[in-house]
Amino acid sequence: MPQQTNALSPSAALRAGMRDGVPIAMGYFAVAFSLGIAGRNAGLTPLQGFVISILNHASAGEYAGITAIAALAPYWELAVTILITNARYLLMSCALSQKLAPETSLWHRIGVGFGITDEIFGISMARPGFLEPSYTYGAMVVAIPSWAAGTALGIIAGNILPLRVVSALSVALYGMFLAIIIPPARKDRVVGVLVVLSFAASFGLGKLARALSLSWLTGGTQVILLTLLLAGGAAALFPVEEEGGQENAG
Amino acid sequence: MRGNVYIYIAVMSLVSFAVRVLPLTLIRGQIENRFIRSFLYYVPYVTLAVMTFPAIVEATQFPLAGVLALAVGMVLAWLGAGLFPVAVACCLTVLAAELILL
Repeated sequence: MPQQTNALSPSAALRAGMRDGVPIAMGYFAVAFSLGIAGRNAGLTPLQGFVISILNHASAGEYAGITAIAALAPYWELAVTILITNARYLLMSCALSQKLAPETSLWHRIGVGFGITDEIFGISMARPGFLEPSYTYGAMVVAIPSWAAGTALGIIAGNILPLRVVSALSVALYGMFLAIIIPPARKDRVVGVLVVLSFAASFGLGKLARALSLSWLTGGTQVILLTLLLAGGAAALFPVEEEGGQENAG
Repeated sequence: MRGNVYIYIAVMSLVSFAVRVLPLTLIRGQIENRFIRSFLYYVPYVTLAVMTFPAIVEATQFPLAGVLALAVGMVLAWLGAGLFPVAVACCLTVLAAELILL
């Protein structure tokens, strides 16, 4: 758990966040492009796609939302869809609440919360000590406009990026996740085993969902189920030390 | 009630915002309960690992390219490379693998 605030000044933290936002922006552009193609099919204008992406910045959630819009779903149904596909952000927000210094202001809590995506959450949790809000803002200003621009361009241009480029860029995000989880897995054996178990469980549950055609067991729901189960199990069996020792809260 | 694209966008955005911001604004200060603290400590590792595999293998045109990217990324991250180098190395691995395989 974090013990102290970092020595970095807000502007240095902002620059660090912008630097770490670059690989996120690369991956986002490619993924958002394919999202834009779905938006084009749903009849959205580029500006509407841009606004949806700036405000929602969530791949699975936006995809589900755009699908619901295309089907002219009732408003309440869209709300429930977004709630379910984005429910993992509730967990991430809880985790981040322990990563911020307790005296962090309401506005910074809202600002950091608004910026939560899988990737921005990942790099924010990987900061040593308490999270500086300006670090997260740095990553947001680089990554989120790229996500929105990718969406708008996907709506305008359709399928112009070569598959090979999309395919290569889309693994950037997974590469980043590895850079976040592998170093702590090397240092802490519990985390190491947990990561391997998570890989295996994710593979197994995905197979199971497909074999039994469990359409409700989407990727987002799998993340929530496995997180509750595996992180809960690890917390019960290997509770973290109360004081000291656990500097790397992420 | 259905059909207005601007209301759709407003509904989506409000729900996304609430889900992200509520826990952060409601949970002030450090949680004392040891189980919950430990649970939240382990959360990022599980969520990120679950999202990475097998998705990285399914994101590429050839599963083998994704497997190679996973291997390269894990080795570099193990050796302590940062976010950007690992991300770029994974991209280049896929690009090279698919050039050879295609």
